[in-house]
Amino acid sequence: MATAARKAPAKSKSEAKSGLSAPKPAEFTKDEELAAYRHMLLIRRFEEKAGQLYGMGFIGGFCHLYIGQEAVVTGMKMALIDGDQMITAYRDHGHMLAMELSPRGVMAELTGRRGGLSRGKGGSMHMFSKEKHFYGGHGIVGAQVSLGTGLAFANRYRDNNNVSLTYFGDGAANQGQVYESFNMASLWKLPVIYIIENNRYAMGTSVSRSSAETNFSHRGASFKIPGIQVDGMDVRAVKSAGDQATEWCRGGNGPIILEMQTYRYRGHSMSDPAKYRSKEEVQKMRSEHDPIEQVKARLTEKKWATEDELKAIDKEVRDIVADAAEFAQNDAEPDPSELWTDIVL
Amino acid sequence: MPRRTMIEAIRDAMDVSMERDERVVVFGEDVGFFGGVFRCTQGLQAKYGKSRCFDAPINESGIVGSAIGMAAYGLKPCVEIQFADYMYPAYDQLTQEAARLRYRSNGDFTCPIVVRMPTGGGIFGGQTHSQSPEALFTHVSGLKTVVPSNPHDAKGLLIAAIEDPDPVIFLEPKRLYNGPFDGHHDRPVTPWSKHELGEVADGHYTVPLGKAVIRRAGSALTVLAYGTMVYVAQAAAEETGIDAEIIDLRTLLPLDLDAIVASVKKTGRCVIVHEATLTSGFGAELSALVQETCFYHLEAPVARVAGWDTPYPHAQEWDYFPGPARVGRALIETMEA
Repeated sequence: MATAARKAPAKSKSEAKSGLSAPKPAEFTKDEELAAYRHMLLIRRFEEKAGQLYGMGFIGGFCHLYIGQEAVVTGMKMALIDGDQMITAYRDHGHMLAMELSPRGVMAELTGRRGGLSRGKGGSMHMFSKEKHFYGGHGIVGAQVSLGTGLAFANRYRDNNNVSLTYFGDGAANQGQVYESFNMASLWKLPVIYIIENNRYAMGTSVSRSSAETNFSHRGASFKIPGIQVDGMDVRAVKSAGDQATEWCRGGNGPIILEMQTYRYRGHSMSDPAKYRSKEEVQKMRSEHDPIEQVKARLTEKKWATEDELKAIDKEVRDIVADAAEFAQNDAEPDPSELWTDIVL
Repeated sequence: MPRRTMIEAIRDAMDVSMERDERVVVFGEDVGFFGGVFRCTQGLQAKYGKSRCFDAPINESGIVGSAIGMAAYGLKPCVEIQFADYMYPAYDQLTQEAARLRYRSNGDFTCPIVVRMPTGGGIFGGQTHSQSPEALFTHVSGLKTVVPSNPHDAKGLLIAAIEDPDPVIFLEPKRLYNGPFDGHHDRPVTPWSKHELGEVADGHYTVPLGKAVIRRAGSALTVLAYGTMVYVAQAAAEETGIDAEIIDLRTLLPLDLDAIVASVKKTGRCVIVHEATLTSGFGAELSALVQETCFYHLEAPVARVAGWDTPYPHAQEWDYFPGPARVGRALIETMEA
C-alpha cells in the first residue's frame, strides 16, 4: 500500500460506467487546514492517551486504536451536512470524536465508568449518540453494514436529503451480509456511502491472504455500485471524495463505495504481536505519509501558522485529552443496579 | 508426563490428528500465517503446508459451509471460529446443513466437521467477546457439543471429535486456556504447568464423547458443571465446607445421564452451574432431566446458578459472572432447603 497510496488508482469499470473517478484533492483554505489539523490531532492524542491508560490497567479487554487513520473520518466529516448519519465497527473512537461526541464520555466508557456514553456497559466497541447521529460502535465484523443500509433506507423514506456513512474494514469486506446490503442499496437507490477503510490488515491477516479482489472500490461492480480509491492518508483527498460521494447520494443516484487506502500504526488491539508486518513498513508510512504531518507541513510552508500557533493547538488538544483522562480515571464505577437497566424483560 | 497449557493441548490434538490422517484440514480467521489469535494453531501451517492449515477470510458462514462440503467429500475439517460470539452468520449452515446432512441423505452422507470456538467471559471482552452459546447448539438435534475443562481432556476430546463421523461443536472456555480459573479474579491463577490436569501425554489418545467425570467426590449434594464452572464450583465447595460431588459433564450432547442420575440419587440434592444466561440455558434441560429421572430421590428443589439474563457487561464483569460467592450461596440454600 505504501506505493498504492501514492500512485493514481486505475480507472475501474464501474468508474467508467458512472463517470466517476477519484477527484483531485480539495484545495483547503487556511481555516480548513487548521480545522483538519486540530481534529486529527485530537484523535491522535486521545488514542495515545487511551493506549497509556490501557497500559496502566485503567482500560481492560479490547481497545482498537485509530492512530494513522485520522484523515479518513476527519475528511469525511468535513463533507457532511447536519443530520447525516455515521455507523462503524469497533475501531471507533476516532469516528466518535469526529462526530463531536464528548471526549470525557468516550474515555470514561473505555474505563467502564458511569460517566461513559454507555454508562460503562458497552466498552470500547459500543457507544452511540442519537443527538450526534452516531449509530455505533459495533463489535461484530461486518454486522453494521446492513444497519447502515437501513439508515439510508430511512433517509429515503423520509426524503430528508441525508446520507448514511457506513464504515467497515478490508476484513469485513468479505462478509456475506456486505453483499446482501450492496444489492439492496443499489436496487432501492439508497443514499449510503460505503467507506471501506483498507488499512491492509484484517487483524493479523493481510489483504492479499484474505481477498481475491484487493481493489475494494471494485467490490460493488456486480451491483452497479460505483467505487473510487482514495488516498486515505491525505485529508484533502478524503474531503473531495466525500464531497463527490455525498453529492452523488443526495442526487438520488443510490449508493457509492469509497475505498480509503489507509494504515494503522498500532496493533489490531492491544495484545498484537505484530509479526505479520515489518517495523520498517510501519516506520515508512509514519515518516512518509502521516496524515497530520502532511497538514502541518502545508500550514508551515504556506505560513498559515507559526510554530507557536501550532503549539497552542497542540496544548489545547492535550488539555481536552488530559481532562477526559482525568475524568475517566476518577469517575465512579457504575452503580450495581445498572446491571439491570436497559434490558428487555 | 509433559505438562501443557490448554492452548498447547488443543494444538497438539490437531497436530496428532493431522499427522495420522491426511484428510484432516485446519482453517479459520488468522489461523494459518498468524497461528490463531489465541495461538492454538501456531506452527501447523509451517509443518503441514498451506493446503492443510490456512487462513480464511472473515466470513463465518463461508467457513462452516465450505467445511460441510469438504466433509461431504471425505475430508475432515477442523475449523476455528475466532470467538463463539462470531458464529451467528454460520448458525444457518450449522443447523440447516451440518446437523441434518446424515438425516436428509438417508445416511448416505455424514458431516465429520469440528467447529472450535473460544467461549465464555472473564477477559473483559464485553458483550461481543464473552458469550456462552452452548444451548443454541444443544437445542439442535444433530450436533454434538463438547466443553473441556482442562488440557488433558481438551486434547483427548478434540481428537475424539475430529475422529467422530458427525458434526461436533467444540467450545473452549478461554478463561481456562492458561490455568484453572476459579472465579477469584483478584488472585493469581495456578498455571497448568503446576496442575495435575495439565499433564498431557504425547501422541494419540482420546477421551470419549458422552462421558462425564467426577471431579470431586462428595455426599451432600451434586453439582453439575462444565468448563470454567467446574473450578468455580470446587472453590465454592471448599469455601462453604459443603461436601459437594462435582460432576464435570465434558460433553453436553451426548449427555452422560447415567453419571448424573447415579450421583443425584445418592446425594438427593442438585445444583446446576453455568456461565451462560439462565433462561432457556442448558441448565434448564439438566434440571428437567434430573426432575424426570430422580424426582423421588430429591430432598430439595433443583437449583440453578447462571449468568444474569442480560448482555455481558463491559464494566461490572464480576457482578455478572457467577463466581464462587454466588455458587456458594446456592449450595448453602440447597442444603438448608
